[in-house]
Amino acid sequence: MRTENQKAWFFVLPVLALVAFNALVPMMTVVNYSVQETFGNNQFFWEGLGWFEQILRSDRFQAALGRQFLFTFLILLIEVPLGIIVALSMPRKGFWVPVCLVLMALPMLIPWNVVGSMWNIFTLPKIGLLGYFLNDVLGINYDMTQQPLSAWITVVVMDVWHWTSLVVLLCYAGLVSIPDAYYQAAKIDGASPWSVFRYIQLPKMKTVLTIAVLLRFMDSFNIYTEPFVLTGGGPGNSTTLLSIDLVKIALGQFDLGPAAAMSLIYFAITLLVSWVFYTLMTKDDAQ
Amino acid sequence: MAQIKLSNLRHSYMPAPKGPEDYALKEIDVTWRDGGAYALLGPSGCGKSTLLNIISGLLTPSEGQILFDDRDVTALPPDQRNIAQVFQFPVIYDTMTVGENLAFPLKNRGVDPATIKRRVDEIAEMLDVTDMLSTRASGLSPDNKQKISMGRGLVRDDVNAVMFDEPLTVIDPHLKWKLRSKLKELHQRVKATMIYVTHDQTEALTFADEVVVMQEGEVVQIGTPVELFDRPQHTFVGHFIGSPGMNVLPCEAKGDRAVFEGHEVMLEGPTHGDGGRTDLGIRPEYVGFGDTGIPAHVTKVSDIGRHYVVSAMVGNTALKAVTEHSVPEPGSQVYLQFKPEQSRVYRDGWIATEERS
Ligand SMILES: Nc1ncnc2c1ncn2[C@@H]1O[C@H](COP(=O)(O)OP(=O)(O)OP(=O)(O)O)[C@@H](O)[C@H]1O
Ligand SMILES: [Mg+2]
Repeated sequence: MRTENQKAWFFVLPVLALVAFNALVPMMTVVNYSVQETFGNNQFFWEGLGWFEQILRSDRFQAALGRQFLFTFLILLIEVPLGIIVALSMPRKGFWVPVCLVLMALPMLIPWNVVGSMWNIFTLPKIGLLGYFLNDVLGINYDMTQQPLSAWITVVVMDVWHWTSLVVLLCYAGLVSIPDAYYQAAKIDGASPWSVFRYIQLPKMKTVLTIAVLLRFMDSFNIYTEPFVLTGGGPGNSTTLLSIDLVKIALGQFDLGPAAAMSLIYFAITLLVSWVFYTLMTKDDAQ
Repeated sequence: MAQIKLSNLRHSYMPAPKGPEDYALKEIDVTWRDGGAYALLGPSGCGKSTLLNIISGLLTPSEGQILFDDRDVTALPPDQRNIAQVFQFPVIYDTMTVGENLAFPLKNRGVDPATIKRRVDEIAEMLDVTDMLSTRASGLSPDNKQKISMGRGLVRDDVNAVMFDEPLTVIDPHLKWKLRSKLKELHQRVKATMIYVTHDQTEALTFADEVVVMQEGEVVQIGTPVELFDRPQHTFVGHFIGSPGMNVLPCEAKGDRAVFEGHEVMLEGPTHGDGGRTDLGIRPEYVGFGDTGIPAHVTKVSDIGRHYVVSAMVGNTALKAVTEHSVPEPGSQVYLQFKPEQSRVYRDGWIATEERS
């Protein structure tokens, strides 16, 4: 028993080496940059926590962070309930099951930048199908390249289109694992559809739902490609989410120190919020 | 409380059934006495669960009616039939406490809190779960979970019938007998009709006043355990009940005698009908050994505790006899004597002799 446990480490070793090489080491260079100032020529000056302070105090960062939280909040608020509703209305047996599953999986198979381009072309006023339809057929003034609200709606709808399926599929997996006897017993106990959801379906979906919320949180909080391709962060800075802002600072302005500090703050926030979610959602099971 | 009557009931899971083989239930006519303890016995796939689900209203039969005291309830949903059903695997509402689980059916029916509390306490006391009332139900052992499932059925004081669909399948053997005797006790206290589905004959015979034996979607016999043992109406019942089951030996019927492997056997009474396949049915318990009778060759003797099972060949037909003493040696030649009042002829499986009065 004991020796087997020790042996297992050897199998983890290659992964560990790989992770060290492509994550830990680069991460350490980021840490390195975040506490120093450089003017090129490989000259570094100790900066301490100065960059961190500067970033945290800057209006620009606070605004981007605010937009990021708003975006993630909207995404979770829409995708989780919508995912549950769609999963509940999917058939549990028969011919339509595989059809539904494939349809659900399709959006997730499309690469991020393709989704961004698709939605860009789709929503451009005048030439985009949706843009044309909204403006010229329905007469709604919609232009995601000019109006912040239109841009926001488009970015959110695009993400909902792309990722709600993930929540659906996870919830569906939880739902199909419920034996028929539960539904039959509930009928005999005279339970209302709401009670069936509240006391049978929701508890059985809880584990997968925790995973779904965590994945959707992390993904939407770190989202970059799709909004970048769709709006480039605009109009103005209205859809400049944290990651877009970070890339602007790091690669646009080449301010490596502040960018490194910002990455670390970004990472810490993601980690902290994930941990809070996880702890809250699994709290009951511990008892 | 009510008498439950099933009349001309047929059910098929197919949308357009053609022949009888498409029916999970073929022509069922059964009346369940109010307050009776019934066992529904039959092999896997014979339609026991289907029948229960039809009584409780989870399924609507393709044809026929369900009457509770002459009131037609065929179209009523389960929650309006006052029926409780306990399933093979315990159904527990994980997020609720034991007490909330027991209260759930009453709450859904809008019973007032004081009555709910009184009923829950009563049932908890009956099931010996009073000390668990405020614990989360998800952590219970399978047998306690199953008790709670039963409790949810019994908590309503207006239940017409409580039905158990193989409720002890997931219970440890040493707890099975405990729960089974608990059930008997509950039946005496609650006095509701109870229908207990099983494919284990010991379980059926210990629980029930009356046993309903099913085979391939049909009820083959209803009777007390003694009746089923002593006078099976069908070779299937004879074979299914008793261990070892009844000997079913191909024979020719001639009035009140059967000719089996060239030997004449006295029957309980005259045979009726003609044509079809005829078999002689006799339980191993009623096959004796003597100095005269049907010559047989002993092939095997097994000691199964309280008695011996002797396997023998008469001509080309194998049969079994049960004896407590005078055990023959394997390989020896013996003479078998069939007890006439326990020897019957079955025509196409169904009994074809009349009891001599
Ligand atoms: N939902 C269903 N759809 C189609 N056929 C079904 C369904 N449920 C049961 N059947 C069929 O109906 C017949 C009777 O099944 P049923 O479940 O009533 O048997 P059972 O006596 O309860 O068996 P077991 O002892 O295995 O529980 C079987 O042939 C089964 O395959
Ligand atoms: Mg069954």
